[in-house]
Amino acid sequence: MSIRNFTYLEPKTLKEALSMHAEHGTKSNILAGGTDLLIKLRHHSIQPDFIIGLNSIPKIDYIKLQDGELAIGTMAKLSAIVENTEIINHFPALAHAASVTATVQIRNMGTLIGNICNASPSADNATPLLVYDAKVVILNNVENREINLDKFFTGPGKTVLEQGEIVKEFLIPIPSKLTGSSYQKVSTRSKVDIAGVCVSALISLDKDGKITKARIALGAVAPTPIRVYKAEEILIGKIPGIEIFSEAAKIAKEESSPISDMRSSADYRKAMVEVLTLRALNESLESAKKK
Amino acid sequence: MISVSEKFYFYYFYHVFKHYFSIQQIGIMSKVKVTLKVNGDLYEAAVNQSKTLVEVLREDLQLVGTKIGCQTGDCGACTILLNGKSVCSCLTLAIEAQNKEITTIEGIAKSGEELHIIQEAFVNEGAIQCGYCTPGMVMSAKHLLDKNTTPTELEIRQALSGNLCRCTGYARIVKAVQVASEKINQSVTEK
Repeated sequence: MSIRNFTYLEPKTLKEALSMHAEHGTKSNILAGGTDLLIKLRHHSIQPDFIIGLNSIPKIDYIKLQDGELAIGTMAKLSAIVENTEIINHFPALAHAASVTATVQIRNMGTLIGNICNASPSADNATPLLVYDAKVVILNNVENREINLDKFFTGPGKTVLEQGEIVKEFLIPIPSKLTGSSYQKVSTRSKVDIAGVCVSALISLDKDGKITKARIALGAVAPTPIRVYKAEEILIGKIPGIEIFSEAAKIAKEESSPISDMRSSADYRKAMVEVLTLRALNESLESAKKK
Repeated sequence: MISVSEKFYFYYFYHVFKHYFSIQQIGIMSKVKVTLKVNGDLYEAAVNQSKTLVEVLREDLQLVGTKIGCQTGDCGACTILLNGKSVCSCLTLAIEAQNKEITTIEGIAKSGEELHIIQEAFVNEGAIQCGYCTPGMVMSAKHLLDKNTTPTELEIRQALSGNLCRCTGYARIVKAVQVASEKINQSVTEK
């Protein structure tokens, strides 16, 4: 099936892209890396008259530290996320998730923000960003807004993004010193495939070794990537150990609502949520202790 | 005066072709000129704006070494280098690839030589059966060896994880990349 023809627009600034998007409304789509969009175009699941390519806008592929936060620009490629030393040091679970997202070629093309905006329930990079409390900076023609990532997804393939809006960047606060995090995934075609189940966790300790902050996020086991607030709560103030971690993992299992599809059965996914959550918590604790 | 039958024809043609005219008005279906720099040579072609890079390479520039496989970025048969990085040319619009260095399988051998070291290794190690995945495999291997001339077996397998082969079972392909990396290192030390 060939792609239905369209007019390719090439804005030189994000502002220009916004006004083009506003002008053409639902007839236009934004093209960043293209690895998801081109497939939708080829399968005619979207049929826009205009494609707005962000490729020619300079300096929006940044990954930089500013005011205790890491800012990731809209065109930052997944391969750049994998190689960036700030991300490897401060956000290892994100570097890990990005490194097992799809294939070398797709990582050279696809962007982190595009991966999140497509809002696949199983998006590899969503769960680490959730445990790191990422904020989404959204541009529109009226007023820019900031939203926490856990409020960003509304359903499979759906986000709070409204017509004419573009995500400018993600802001991720640098975690405190005694913090560890981990990303765990199971899938069929080893690293390449979309995750059957993925889990990220984050543990921050105080000087006495008690948990001051806990995050658990699950992917591919609900209509959107989710945080398991109930399991996070029971960990706060506790001395970390196998018992409390097992309890949290059980809650994560109960909170998940997976479906059966070609990648995994619902039962298998549920079982894996418990296993992977426990693994992720243990690994987070190990790396928090090392610091 | 326009007769009734003429009125009918105006009406008829208007309704048959109005869709076509409206599409023309907003500029769709018009071809654009793209200039591509492939293997150091400049090419111009008038193409639909929706045409992918692999379609233009094969159909307009007659560079048919790059293959079309799944067209969804899973199989890697269409792998080329864009500014030195391996990408799927089936998921890249030709119009996006302007002002960038495009390298295809046709352009990796040094001028005056028939084959690149990696291609030679693929032939000598029997890493080719039907050959359909080979151009993509070679381009992925080149992307790896350009960055890392001494990859481990695991690194080679990871680097080729985006390229599917349904004939050889990968063992000989991995061996070929190992042999190529040895040869590249040899030629560096000889110099």
